[in-house]
Amino acid sequence: MSGNDDIAHLEEELPLQDLPLDGWHRARGARMVGFAGYHMPIQYEGIMAEHAWTREHAGLFDVSHMGQIGFSGEGVDDALEILLPSDIKGLKPFRQRYSMLLDEEGGILDDLMVSRLGDGAFDGADIYMVVNGATKYDDIGWMIEHLPDEVVMNHMDEQALLALQGPEAGEAMATLVPETADLIFMQSGLFTWRGVPLWISRSGYTGEDGFEISLPAADVTLLADALCALPQVKPIGLGARDSLRLEAGLPLYGHDLTPAVSTIGADLGFAIHKRRREEGGFIGHARVMKELADGPGSKRVGLRIEGRLPAREGATIHAGGAQVGEVTSGGFAPTVGAPIAMGWVSLPHSAIGTALEIEVRGKRIAAEVAPMPFVPHRYRRKA
Amino acid sequence: MSRYFTDEHEWIDVEGEIATVGITDYAQEQLGDIVFVELPAEGTTFEKGDDAAVVESVKAASDVYAPISGEVVETNSALEDEPALVNSDAEEDGWFFKLRVTDASELEGLMNEAAYKKFVASL
Repeated sequence: MSGNDDIAHLEEELPLQDLPLDGWHRARGARMVGFAGYHMPIQYEGIMAEHAWTREHAGLFDVSHMGQIGFSGEGVDDALEILLPSDIKGLKPFRQRYSMLLDEEGGILDDLMVSRLGDGAFDGADIYMVVNGATKYDDIGWMIEHLPDEVVMNHMDEQALLALQGPEAGEAMATLVPETADLIFMQSGLFTWRGVPLWISRSGYTGEDGFEISLPAADVTLLADALCALPQVKPIGLGARDSLRLEAGLPLYGHDLTPAVSTIGADLGFAIHKRRREEGGFIGHARVMKELADGPGSKRVGLRIEGRLPAREGATIHAGGAQVGEVTSGGFAPTVGAPIAMGWVSLPHSAIGTALEIEVRGKRIAAEVAPMPFVPHRYRRKA
Repeated sequence: MSRYFTDEHEWIDVEGEIATVGITDYAQEQLGDIVFVELPAEGTTFEKGDDAAVVESVKAASDVYAPISGEVVETNSALEDEPALVNSDAEEDGWFFKLRVTDASELEGLMNEAAYKKFVASL
């Protein structure tokens, strides 16, 4: 047995960790699976029912596996503008942006949410970041390497994170915290509920109106119970979270986004602020500028699929005899009522309406490049 | 008619030389919401253990193996329009296909209902 085999064996043996709500999920009949290093609920009553409930009412998702990081110190904005292609200096208190970490070649290391704090939240830190669970330790390592000593980064692993999503999320949240009624999409604030500090942003990853709520892990059971006691709210598992985000056209890191792909190809150019494009000064800028000028080699697109057979991650995409891409996530879309997919295809085949074929178990099924989202976003953009 | 079960969570009803095959209620419960069932073409012949059908749930695709050798004589066309029949009635209306049994002795190693229940309880 080689040394490498020994290491691979050890990695497999690493035990999964428990989320603060582990017992709470199990008590509600969740089926637990390993995901991003944690035991996580994949479903409670069933993915289809949970998906539909979230689109019609409000679903509560435990996303405590995600990394929550606070930043403070002299020059924090300048330092983060080296790491992120977003406008951090122009980010106002209580506002949030979608952003990403890029490597030197412009490959995507992670996608994330970044906010400017206020009201002394998180011990008076300046900036708050939420990164993906599976990548959080790599992200932290990358950032330690690239941040100056004056900037202090605090991985707040004692904080839990819940997402409340759906058209009735606003009503439900306001029942517990009336002041949240005034929040609009990508706005956040510090609130107090039964003496517990809640950092709440109006955002999420389902395409629906909703909130993400960061609070001390010690208090998360209390809040989850209070939310699920409301008639609008049910707990929802990872399975429906995935089908909801796919219908919303939102990419999943590690699948639709990887270090091998670029921001412009991923159709995430909106996350790169105009000033930042012009001035540069962030890691990965050269790739962004080159692809803005010459176009990316391939693009992330939505695919509508004929018939009922789902095309999943890894299925190859063809135009006539040539392979032109690959499905990066796909499945049956409960609200659409048909299979849909997201994939990467070479630029000449990426225009909306292009007829393509996807190979599933040796059979070719017809697909068409489709606009995303597949289900319209219903964010609350105005008070 | 006798009903047999496999440790791959299939059930087999045998009547004369025809065996009707489906997946068990336990299997459909584990798979979750079923959105597509790919059935074999009539006339296909299987050796025991061959890939015979594919069940797609919202989350994943799972193979169904031929529990015994035989030739496909009929498939359940109702599953084309209503794959969720497998969730609602896995062990009756949600059957997958019928085989003309090649070697009835292959049935000997399979479980009866009581043994299958015990097997599931041990999982």
